[in-house]
Amino acid sequence: MQAKPSTLKVLDVVSLILLGVSAYLALVFAPTEAVMGEVQRVFYFHVATAWVGMLGFIAAGVSGIIYLRTGDLKWDRVEMAAVEISLVFFFITIVLGSIWARPVWNTWWTWDPRLTTAAITELIYIAYFMLRQGIEDPDRRARFGAVYTLIGAVSVPITFMAIRLFRTIHPVVIGTESAEAQGGFNMTGDMRIAFFFALFAFTVIFIDLFWNRIRMGTLADKVEQLKLKVMQ
Amino acid sequence: MAESTLRTTARRPAKSSFWKAIAAIAWKDLSAELRSRELLSAMLVFSLLVILIFNFALELDITTRRTVTSGVLWATFAFAGTLGLNRSMAVEKDRGCLDGLLLAPVDRSAIYFGKVISNLVFMLIVEAIVLPIYSVLYSINLFQPGLLLVILLGSVGYVAVGTLLSSMAVQTRTRDVLLPILLFPVVVPILIAAVKASGGYLTNAPMTDILPWLNLLIAYDVIFTAIAFMVFDYVVEE
Repeated sequence: MQAKPSTLKVLDVVSLILLGVSAYLALVFAPTEAVMGEVQRVFYFHVATAWVGMLGFIAAGVSGIIYLRTGDLKWDRVEMAAVEISLVFFFITIVLGSIWARPVWNTWWTWDPRLTTAAITELIYIAYFMLRQGIEDPDRRARFGAVYTLIGAVSVPITFMAIRLFRTIHPVVIGTESAEAQGGFNMTGDMRIAFFFALFAFTVIFIDLFWNRIRMGTLADKVEQLKLKVMQ
Repeated sequence: MAESTLRTTARRPAKSSFWKAIAAIAWKDLSAELRSRELLSAMLVFSLLVILIFNFALELDITTRRTVTSGVLWATFAFAGTLGLNRSMAVEKDRGCLDGLLLAPVDRSAIYFGKVISNLVFMLIVEAIVLPIYSVLYSINLFQPGLLLVILLGSVGYVAVGTLLSSMAVQTRTRDVLLPILLFPVVVPILIAAVKASGGYLTNAPMTDILPWLNLLIAYDVIFTAIAFMVFDYVVEE
């Protein structure tokens, strides 16, 4: 078995430290928002986890296409790692968002474009894993997985646009906001620091998890091959 | 004589043989269905049952009917559609017909388009029967050209994605159960746009309100037909 690369070991530790610092910045350092109060602190991790979910979503779509072009099973492992990470992080985003929405919007959930799109993305990911589970042949599993991520990657933005044709109440903190949005606010300097640091920290965490997960997939494949060898 | 026929066949441009292959595959499905009528009758009875369930679940009285008709129709089509898609691919897989089709010296995409056409025809037939029944039951006129256009556009997109996904689903262990799970999350845009556009036509909304939804339907149809055309090879590859 190959030892864990030392860069990866360092990255593990760095990720943990960054997560700790980011939590401190979000929960203690950043000033309390005037209208919403403490619950607004959810925002830093909410956006950061959504960002990681997006990164995973894009990485999955791209590696799916590369797999279909090259037929190299390595890209299938990359794709699955990306889908898994994205699934978890979008789930965290949805939960954090609900915690924030309950006091601010007075409801856990609305059928807003972003919320619905996130929920549908989760459903597509779950369907993706159910599809993979039903197929034994690794090549076919990889091909079907790649085709399905490709379809999902194209359909999710269209869903987003479709629901956006209705009006939205989700606040847009960066960029222009629609008049109906509720719960928006302007960031002060310290809030900005906490926010961008959280984005940076979670990007590093994403890379670390991604790397670890791809490595785990490679090792799992090796174990599978060794098992087959022993059985013969 | 035979030799000359052969030579003309060989010299025929590839384009026309592609269309012929599509027509042959679609015709094969349609004529098999004309003889057995298994699929159509199942889809029809199923859609009538869905309408019946909606009738009692939503209490479709005059006031609710105005707002929910388009939703009820599209939910019915979506559910009946999965039945048809599943069945049309399952018969190919069960008797090993798919392997035979794949061995045929035609472009793989011809198989896909042939299947799309036959699935689309089944779906349109079911819709053509459900619409008048719904109109009679609830005395509402559903035969408006705009609404029919929406139904056609919606069905094309639904079948384009559905045919691709059902040919994946039949090759898995869970088969029939899997298709709706794979299909519904990716056809959400179709359902949203179709329900909105149909609702617009039924409530006589101005064309400016309906047009974005029609555009969305057309865009979806084009994009997903193109994607399915490009990736179908990977789905049936052995």
